[in-house]
Parts: sequence; C-alpha cells; structure tokens
Amino acid sequence: MRKIKEFIIEKLILISGLASIFFVILIFLFLLKEGLALFKIESPLNFIFGKSWYPISDPPQLGILPLILGSLMVTLGAAIISIPIGVGCAVYIAEIAPVKIKEILKAGVELLAAIPSVVLGFVGMVTLVPIVKTIFHLPTGLTALSGSIMLAFMAMPTIVSIAEDALYSVPKNYKEGALALGATHWQTIWRVMLPAASSGILAAVMLGIGRVIGETMAVMMITGNAAVIPNSILVPVRTLTATIAAEMGEAVVGSEHYFALFAIGIVLFVISFVINVTADLFLHKKE
Amino acid sequence: MRNPYRTQKIAFFFLLLATLLIVIPVGLIVVIIIQKGLPAINWQFLSDIPRQGMRAGGIFPAIVGTICLVLGAIIFALPIGLLAAIYLSEYSKDNLLTRIIKLAIINLAGVPSVVYGLFGLALFVIFFKCGASILAGSLTLGIMILPLIITSAREALESVPQTFREVSLSLGASKWQTIRHIVLPNAIPGILTGTILGLGRAAGETAPILFTVAAFYLPQLPKSIFDQAMALPYHLYVISTQVPNVDEKIRYGTALVLLSLVLFMNLVAIVIRYKFRKKKKW
Repeated sequence: MRKIKEFIIEKLILISGLASIFFVILIFLFLLKEGLALFKIESPLNFIFGKSWYPISDPPQLGILPLILGSLMVTLGAAIISIPIGVGCAVYIAEIAPVKIKEILKAGVELLAAIPSVVLGFVGMVTLVPIVKTIFHLPTGLTALSGSIMLAFMAMPTIVSIAEDALYSVPKNYKEGALALGATHWQTIWRVMLPAASSGILAAVMLGIGRVIGETMAVMMITGNAAVIPNSILVPVRTLTATIAAEMGEAVVGSEHYFALFAIGIVLFVISFVINVTADLFLHKKE
Repeated sequence: MRNPYRTQKIAFFFLLLATLLIVIPVGLIVVIIIQKGLPAINWQFLSDIPRQGMRAGGIFPAIVGTICLVLGAIIFALPIGLLAAIYLSEYSKDNLLTRIIKLAIINLAGVPSVVYGLFGLALFVIFFKCGASILAGSLTLGIMILPLIITSAREALESVPQTFREVSLSLGASKWQTIRHIVLPNAIPGILTGTILGLGRAAGETAPILFTVAAFYLPQLPKSIFDQAMALPYHLYVISTQVPNVDEKIRYGTALVLLSLVLFMNLVAIVIRYKFRKKKKW
C-alpha cells in the first residue's frame, strides 16, 4: 500500500518537474496558433518592415517597424542609463560599502524590484513627465526619454543583484594577490575583479535589458503611445508591449488586428527566449 | 602626475554616486506615495465601492478582486512549484533533461508579462471558454509566478544538509519518507518566503490580467470564480490614464494601498528569512 502511494507521489513529482517545459511549449504553441494566421494575409517581411501601423483602417496596415524602433529606442536609452549606474552600484555594494550600510543599500535595491510596474508608471507620470516637459520645453513630457529613464530604474535591480553575485564569485585569492602586489583597492577592482566577473556582469546586463524590453505598464503610461517612426528621443513613441496591452482589449477575436497582436507576442517571446538562453550561457561559462 | 590614490578617490566617489542615484529615488518614490496617499486612506475608501465613474467612493471591489486572484494563483502554483522543486533538488540527475528543465524555468521567468496576458487570453479565455474570469486570471498569474516559486523552494530544499538525508535513509526510511519528514520540514521557512514573494509579485502585475479578468468598472463583488473582477493594479492604471478628472487623492490613495500590500508581503518574507537564519541549527 505504501509502495503504491509512494509510486504515485514520485510520478507526480516527475510530472511537476516537467511542467515548466510543458508551459513554455504551451505558451509558444498558443502564440503561434493565433499569430501565424496573420501570415496568410500579410507577408512576414511586410509585417516586420512595414512603416505604418493603422490596424483599424480599411484595409488595415499592419507594419510593426515603428513599434520595433520605439521599443529599440526606449530600450537603448534605458540601457545607457542603467548599465553604468547598475554596475557601479553593484561594485559599491560588493566591494566598498561598510557591512551595515551594505544591508541597507541591498534592501533599497530589493525594494525597487518589489514596486509594481504600474505604481512606478504612475509615479513617473506625476513626477518625471512634467519635469521632462519643462526642461526640454516640449508640448508633452510623454516621450521616449521619460520611458527610458523609468525603465532604467526597472532594469537596475536585476543588473545590481546579478552583477553583485558575479563579483562575489570571483575567487578571493585573485583579489588578495593583486592587493599583495601593491595595487590599490580601485586598481584591483578595475584590473582584476571586473575582468574576472565580466561574463556574469554581461549576463546581468542582458537580463536587465530583457526586463526592459518586456516591460509593459510603466512604458505604456509614460511614452505617449504614438505609433510613428521616432525621429528623436524627445517625441512620443510606442513599444511592442504597449501596443498589445493597449489594443488587445478592442481587437475583435479572429480579426487581422487580433492575429497581428499575437504575432507581436511571438516576436517578443522569441526576443526574450534568445536573451535568456544567451545570458544563461554566459552565467554557466563562469562555473 | 597620476596618483593612484587620487584616482581611487574619484572612482569611489562615482560608485557612491551611482548607488545614491538608485537608492535616493526609491526612497523618494515611497515617501511621495505615502505622503500624498495617506490623506485619502480612511475606512470608507477601503470598504466602499467606487462611485461617480470612479471619481469618488472607495476601492473595496478592487482589493477583493486582487486578493481572490492572488489566492487563486498560489493555490495553482504552490503545489506544482513545490513538487517541481522537489524533483530538481532530490530526484534529478545531472543530465540533459535537467538542463532543459532549468532552461525552461529561466525562460518562463523571462517571458514578458504582457505575453502571459496573450497566452491566458488564447488558452483559458478563448480555448477553454472560461471567458474573462477570476479563474482565467488566476491560472495566468499562477503560471507566471511558477518559476519564482520553483527557484526559491529549490534553494530552500538544497540548503538542507545532505547528512540529514543520509541519516534518515540509513535508518531504513524510504526516499519519500525522508523528503516528507526530514527535508520538507527543514525547508519550510525558505518555501514560505518564496511563496509570499510570489504572492507579492502576483498582486502587483497588471499586464497578465488585462485581457483575462480585469473589469474596467464593476461596482460589485465577484460572486464566483467565473466572474470578472476589478483588481488594484488595473484600477490604478484606469484611474490614472483612462478616466479624466479623477481626484489626485484617489490615485495616490490607490497607489498607496497597492504598494503597501506588495511591500507588506515582502516585509513578511524578509522577516521569516531573517528569523530562520538566526535559528538555523546547522
């Protein structure tokens, strides 16, 4: 009797172990199921390189180039802001901060990770957007720049915590060796610690960027949502994620618009898949 | 002349600056929300339905909706996540399958939240014909927090010393008895921490519930899991972008309630982790 019970439980454990694989495949299949229908109507090239996104005009124009460029611009801006600050903060916490302050700083970074994105979006709307508007004398503060700044904050916790782990995992004798040779603490960090931790830091940066590309709510509330090809960082843009979130509510199930939004979902899924697999390779290289 | 100590001073100054650039805004965000949100919080705000097109009244249905969603998500994700963690920490061998499972977990954690929303719409709402409902939203959120639960539960299980298992097995206990009576009880605090963090994550997410459950304006409580419901994060989004002329106070108040809910859960998780670390016997 006990044997049977254990047999069943162990099978359940195995099935649950496989559940993650099952869900990843299920997500991909359902995105394909709904999204691929678009390509019976629209060629994939026109979809990705089409310059106009007018999903409800007749006939609908479903080119996502403006959205891709919007995502790219916001992501690039966020990366430029968050990488130096995030890595710098990780170095400070891992190497320089006194033990007591270290715990407070780590708590601060964790706190940032815990704040829901819709709350950050709201705060950005009421504080950052008016500031950007006044500084640059713009008709609206809902711009790619505002989105980049806000998204940089959402990428930082990821970058800091993973880069910090990478720095901790550098063997202690590297550091001791450098210091014993007379290098200053900073020279040790710059010439020894950072190069030794480079693959982990690269993974941290990639995962941070992955977080930014996938971010939806804050970006939808702050970037102004204009689906046009951006010509500067100070104009409203619309990202891939925001397009899905903003339009799926109105898209008729089974319409071209509906299929197109799922096709955008496929694009996002593939991007995040590539980023996560590559980052994982970098993290494992280290071991 | 290049003085290495001066270079070090300058470099450390910039590192400190980078750190402050993260920590100070975080503090400011929390302070602003508390300062401006607190005046809106009173019993009526927490217990009343929204009135006058969400420009007055309270947020009670949104609070209830979020609690239902979060509980539903955890009821779904905890058993699967825990069993999956047991598989990874106790049964899996170092082979290709394990590698693929780990990669799948990483990917599941990295899928953009709005893609979860699409998936939930296609599978639960349309394919299984649940309609936009608490059930569909809970399942979507459940799958989303699964990787978090698996990872933290696995860490908790793996931190139980190997000798505990060996002693139990050598006394004639079966593998499952060992897991059930020795490994699991010692890993409970860690599992609990992960579960609570998962709850917090699910409570704050908006994109996955946009098309699977969230009701724009529904001034009544859900009667069953097949009903639509309001939810706090979506409600905050709606009143700050979709409805004009909402009193600032109501927006900040809603943001404060959501933030408090999420931070409270994180705080509980941190306290459990801290207490456990102090009590750790090995």
